[in-house]
Amino acid sequence: MSAWMRSGLVLLAAWPLGACAGRQSALDPHALQSADILRIFVAFLVVAAVVWIAVVVVLAVGLWRQPSLSRHPLALHPPFERRAGQIVLGLGIATVLIVLALSLVSYAGQRSVFAKDPNALTLKITGHQWWWEVSYEADSPHLSFVTANEIRIPVEQPVRVQLQSADVIHSFWIPSLTGKMDLITGQQNEIQFTAKRAGVYRGQCAEFCGLQHAHMAFAVIALPQDEFKRWRDHENQSAGSPVDPLSKRGEELFRARGCALCHTVRGTLAGGQLGPDLTHFGSRTTIAAGTLPLNSASLGAWLADPQHIKPGNLMPQMALQSDELIAIHHYLEQLK
Amino acid sequence: MTLVAQHSELHDDALDGLQLSTRLDRIWRTPSGLIGALTSVDHKVVGRRYILTAFVFLLLGGILAILMRLQLAGAEKHVLSADLYNQVFTMHGSTMMFLFAVPVMEAFAVYLVPLMVGTRNIAFPRLNAFSYWIFLFGGCFLWISFLFNVGPDVGWFAYVPLSNLQFTPSKRADVWAQMITFTEVAALAVAVEIIVTVFKQRAPGMTLDRIPIFVWSMLVTAFLVMFAMPSVMIASMSLILDRLVNTHFFDAAAGGNALLWQHLFWFFGHPEVYIIFLPATGMASAILATFARRPVIGYPVIVLSLIATGFLSFGLWVHHMFVTGLPQLGAALFTANSMLIAVPSGLQIFCWLATLWDGRPIYRTPLLFVLGFVVVFVIGGLSGVMVASVPIDTQVHDTYFVVAHFHYVLIGGAVFPLIGAVYYWFPKISGRMLSERLGRWNFWLAFIGFNVAFFPMHILGLMGMPRRVYTYTPDMGWDRLNLLSSCGAALFAVSFVLLIANVVVSVRRGAPAGRNPWDASTLEWATTSPPPSYNFDRIPAVDHREPLWSDTESLRVVAGLSVERREVLLTSLAEADPQIREASPEPSIWPLLTALATTVFFICTIFTPWAVLWGTPPMAVALIGWFWPTGSREDEE
Amino acid sequence: MNQHIVQNVGELPTYGFGPRSGPWWGAMGFITLEGMGFAVAVGAYLYLYAVNPTWPIGAPPPDLWPGSLATALYLLSVIPNQYTNRVAHRQDLRKVRACLIVMSLIGIVLLVLRGFEFAHLNTRWDNSAYGSIVWLILGLHTTHLATDLADTVVLTVLMFTSHAKPRRFSDVTDNVFYWNFVVLAWLPLYVLLDWVPRL
Repeated sequence: MSAWMRSGLVLLAAWPLGACAGRQSALDPHALQSADILRIFVAFLVVAAVVWIAVVVVLAVGLWRQPSLSRHPLALHPPFERRAGQIVLGLGIATVLIVLALSLVSYAGQRSVFAKDPNALTLKITGHQWWWEVSYEADSPHLSFVTANEIRIPVEQPVRVQLQSADVIHSFWIPSLTGKMDLITGQQNEIQFTAKRAGVYRGQCAEFCGLQHAHMAFAVIALPQDEFKRWRDHENQSAGSPVDPLSKRGEELFRARGCALCHTVRGTLAGGQLGPDLTHFGSRTTIAAGTLPLNSASLGAWLADPQHIKPGNLMPQMALQSDELIAIHHYLEQLK
Repeated sequence: MTLVAQHSELHDDALDGLQLSTRLDRIWRTPSGLIGALTSVDHKVVGRRYILTAFVFLLLGGILAILMRLQLAGAEKHVLSADLYNQVFTMHGSTMMFLFAVPVMEAFAVYLVPLMVGTRNIAFPRLNAFSYWIFLFGGCFLWISFLFNVGPDVGWFAYVPLSNLQFTPSKRADVWAQMITFTEVAALAVAVEIIVTVFKQRAPGMTLDRIPIFVWSMLVTAFLVMFAMPSVMIASMSLILDRLVNTHFFDAAAGGNALLWQHLFWFFGHPEVYIIFLPATGMASAILATFARRPVIGYPVIVLSLIATGFLSFGLWVHHMFVTGLPQLGAALFTANSMLIAVPSGLQIFCWLATLWDGRPIYRTPLLFVLGFVVVFVIGGLSGVMVASVPIDTQVHDTYFVVAHFHYVLIGGAVFPLIGAVYYWFPKISGRMLSERLGRWNFWLAFIGFNVAFFPMHILGLMGMPRRVYTYTPDMGWDRLNLLSSCGAALFAVSFVLLIANVVVSVRRGAPAGRNPWDASTLEWATTSPPPSYNFDRIPAVDHREPLWSDTESLRVVAGLSVERREVLLTSLAEADPQIREASPEPSIWPLLTALATTVFFICTIFTPWAVLWGTPPMAVALIGWFWPTGSREDEE
Repeated sequence: MNQHIVQNVGELPTYGFGPRSGPWWGAMGFITLEGMGFAVAVGAYLYLYAVNPTWPIGAPPPDLWPGSLATALYLLSVIPNQYTNRVAHRQDLRKVRACLIVMSLIGIVLLVLRGFEFAHLNTRWDNSAYGSIVWLILGLHTTHLATDLADTVVLTVLMFTSHAKPRRFSDVTDNVFYWNFVVLAWLPLYVLLDWVPRL
C-alpha cells in the first residue's frame, strides 16, 4: 500500500480539525447546515476508512501467508470451501447492515439540513449566463430591491433562497454555509441556511453553464443583525445624484454610450434589464461575478476590454476615449 | 410441399489432424488482401480491430486529459482557451465513455466469448462486422468534427437547455447527439450477438452453472446494454428534433421539461457505469482463478451478484439529480438503493479475497493489476457510498470529489482489470507473451501515478473546486494539490506509453506463447495461440466448470459438423444439448456498405430532416443485399 | 492435446423453428430493446403528462376513428398472421406465398391509414411538448410498421424465386413473430395516444 494514500487519508480526516480551510471550503463550516453535513461526512469517512483498511489487511495477510505445497488447482478442501462460503455470506449480511445504518444516518441528516423555517428572510436569486441577480423581497414593493453577485445576510437568522434561472441550468453553492441547489429553467427551487458567524463566504456556480462557467462566483456577506438592517435600508435607496463634475459627465456618458441599455441605476434614467443592477455598484467587493476584486485598476481594465477578461460575456467592448473611460469609471466608483 | 436438399456432405468425423484443419481453414479463413479486410466476418478479426480502435480512442481521450491537467496545473494558466477547454472536457468524457470504455469491453467479449463457450464464430457475424464499422465511423465523425472546431462543448451529459439551439446555435450539440446514435447502435448490435452466442452456441455440456464467470459478466452486461441504451437514444433523438424541427421536448415555455432530459440521460447513464464495471469484474475473476491456482470461491455468489447488480443498477439514476429539487423522501429512497448496490459488489470482493487467501498466488503482471484493482476500487466504492447520501452529495456533487470518485471506480474498477486482461489474453490473441519486466514497471507506474493524480481531487472537491472550470484564481488555494495531481497524471500517462511499447515490441519479438501459457482452465486456452480461423477443429464437449483443469491429458469433443461449409453447433438454452447444425455466414461486403449508407443517413439528418426521405432507400437497398441469398449451399437448405 | 470424441452431431438438422433457432433469439433480442425504446417513450409521455397542468396542450385530443380503425385491423391481422405461421411450419410453399401477399397488403393498408392517424392527431410536432411526444411515439411505431412491411415484401418476392428453400420457412416464422410484436406494441400506444388525452 502506498504510503501516500495512507497519509492522504489521515490528512483528509485531520482536515476539518482546523488545518487550511480555503476560501470556499466544505471543511470550514460557518452555518448550521454545513456543520451538519460535515458531521455526516466524517461519520461516513470513518466507516469507509475502517472498511478499506480491513480489506487491505485481509488482502495483505492472505497474500503473505503461503499455504503448503502447490497442489492441483482442483484439489480443494471441502471444509475450507464451506467455511469460506459462510464467511462471505456473513460479510454480505454485515454489508447490508452497515449500508442500512448509513442510510438512516443520511436520512436523519437530510431532515435537519433541509428543515424549513417559516420565519426565514426570503431572497430570490436568478441565474444568468454568467452572473447572479439577487432580489430582496418584502411585503411592500418599495422595500424590495435588486442587486447582483453579492448577497448580504444577517447572522443567526434563517435565510430562504428561492432559485430560478433566466437561461440555462446553474447551481447555487456556498460550501461554508450549505450544499448546493440547482437553478432550473421553468422551475423554482428553494434552499435554506443559517449563518453562525459574520464573515465573507465565497460561492460559485456548480453546474456547467457554458463558456464562462468558471467565472460565475458570488460572495455571501453575513453581517450582524443591526448592520444588516442598516445595509438593507441603504441598499433600498436609489443612487444619489453625482456631485463632482467628472461623475456627472460619467453619468451622461453611461447613458449616451449605451451602458444604460443593459444596466439599471435606480433613481436615474438607466433602466436596462440585461445586465446586473449597478445602483450601489461602488460598495461591492468584486466585479464580473467574482472574476476580479473591485478596485480602481481592475475596474479600468474591465471597462476597457471586458471580452479579454471574461470572453463571451454579454458586455461588449465599448469604443471609449480614455477621458470618457475615466469619467464612467469615476461615476461607477461613487455609486456607493 | 417439402423441399429437402439431397447430397452427401463430408463431416469432421471423417477427417483428422492436418487434413481436417486444412479443410476447415479453407472454408473459414478470411480472404487475404483489401477485399478480405473489408468483408471479414471472423469474430477474432473484428474483435481485434474493435479492441485496437477502442485503445486508439483511449489514447486520444488520454491526450485530452493531459491537456486539461496542464491547464489546471496552476492558477490562471493559458494552455487552453475557455472555448477549447469546454470542448476538450466534453470530448474527453464522451470519448472515454462512448468510444473507449463500453466498446472495449464489448470488443473483448466479441473476441473471447465465442472462444470461451467453444464455438466457431459469434452469432450474427455480419451484424458484428456492421457494428464495428458503425462504431468506427461514429468515432471518426466525432473526432473529425472536433478537429474542424465543431467538437461538442456541452459536457458528455449535454444538459438542456444549454444544449438547446438557443444556447448552442452551432452544430456542436448535434455532433454529440448523433455520436450517441452511432455508438449505441453499435453497442446494441453487439449486445444481441453476445446474448444469442451465450444462449445458443455454448459447447455441448456447458450448462448454465458451467459458464465461465467472464462470460456470465458479459451476458449480464449485454442485457444492461439492451435495457439502458434505448433511453439515451430516445433522449438524443429528441434533442436533435428539438434543434432541427423545432419540437419542444425540453422547452419549458411550451410544456417541455429540462429535467426530462436528466431522467432519460441518467436512466441510461447509471447502468452505463455497470456496463463498464461488470465485464471488468469478470476479467478479474478469470485472472484471479488462473494466478491464485484455484477456482474462484463462491461461483454462485458471484453470478448472482452480477445479476443483482444488473437489476439494482436501474434503480439508482436519481442520485445524479439530488440537487435538482426533487421531493426529499423520494431522494432518500434512492440513497438507500444506491448504497444497497454496494452489497453485491462487496460480495464479489469477499469472494476474491477468500480465493487469494486459499490460493498460491503467482505474481505475474495480470495478477498485479487485479490486486491493484481491489485496493483502488474499494476506495471508489466507498466514496460512492458517500455520494449516495443526499446531504453529503449536496456538498460534493459536481465537484472534484466526484471526479475523484468516478475515476477511482472507472479507472480503478475497470481500466486496471482491463490492462490486466490485456496482459492475460495478449498471448492468446497474438501468440506471443508480453514482457514481464516492462509489465511490472507498467503496473507500478500506473498504480502510483493514478493515486497521485486522483487522490488529491477528493480534497480539492471538499475545498470547493467545482468540476468543468477552465481556470481558477490563485487565492482559492487549489494550486498545490492541482499541481500534484498533474504530476501524477504525467506518471500515469508514462505507464500507458510503457504498455504501448510493450505491445509493439512483443507482438514481433515476444516469447512464443503456446496454447496455454498460464495453465488456465477455460476453453479459449484449449486451442492454438492465436486461434485458427475456425477456433476449434472439433467442438469441445464440457463436463466441468474448469474443463482444462479437470482433464489435462485430453479434450472431450463432439464430431459431425460439416467441413464443406461454415457451420456452428446450436445447443439448448439451459443444458446445452446439441440441437441444430446451423449455417454461419460467409464474408460479405454488405455490412460495410450498409454501415456507409447508415453513416450518410445519420450525418445528413442533423442538417436536414429531408435526409430521412432520401437517406432511407440506400440503407434499405444495402440491407436487402445483405440478407438476399447468394445461392451458396449454406443459404439453400 | 488428444481429442476424445464423445458424441456425433452429424445427424442433427441444419435449421429449426422458434427458440431452437438462432435468428429467433436475435429477433427476440431486437424486440426486447425496441420494446424498451417504446417503454421509454411512453415514460416520457407520462412524465410530461404529469408535470403539465393541462393535457393535451393547446389542442383537442386526436380524432378517434383512424386510431380505432387501425387497432381493429391490427387485431384482425393476427388471424392471417398466425395462419402464415402454421403453413410455414408445414412448409407449404403455395399457401405461404398467398399468406405473405395478404400480409403485405395488410401492411400497406395500415401504412396508408397511419397517414390519416398523423393527420387527425390535431396537433403538430412543433405546437407544444404534447405535439412533440405524440408525433415521436407515432413516428417510432411507424418505423416498425414500415420495417416489417419491407421485410414481408422482400420475403414474398423471395418465395417466388428459386431461393424458396426450406430454411426460408424459418425466416417466415420469424417475420410472423415480429409482426405480432408490432401489433402488441401498438395496443398500449393506442390507449396512450387516443384515450389518455380524454381523461
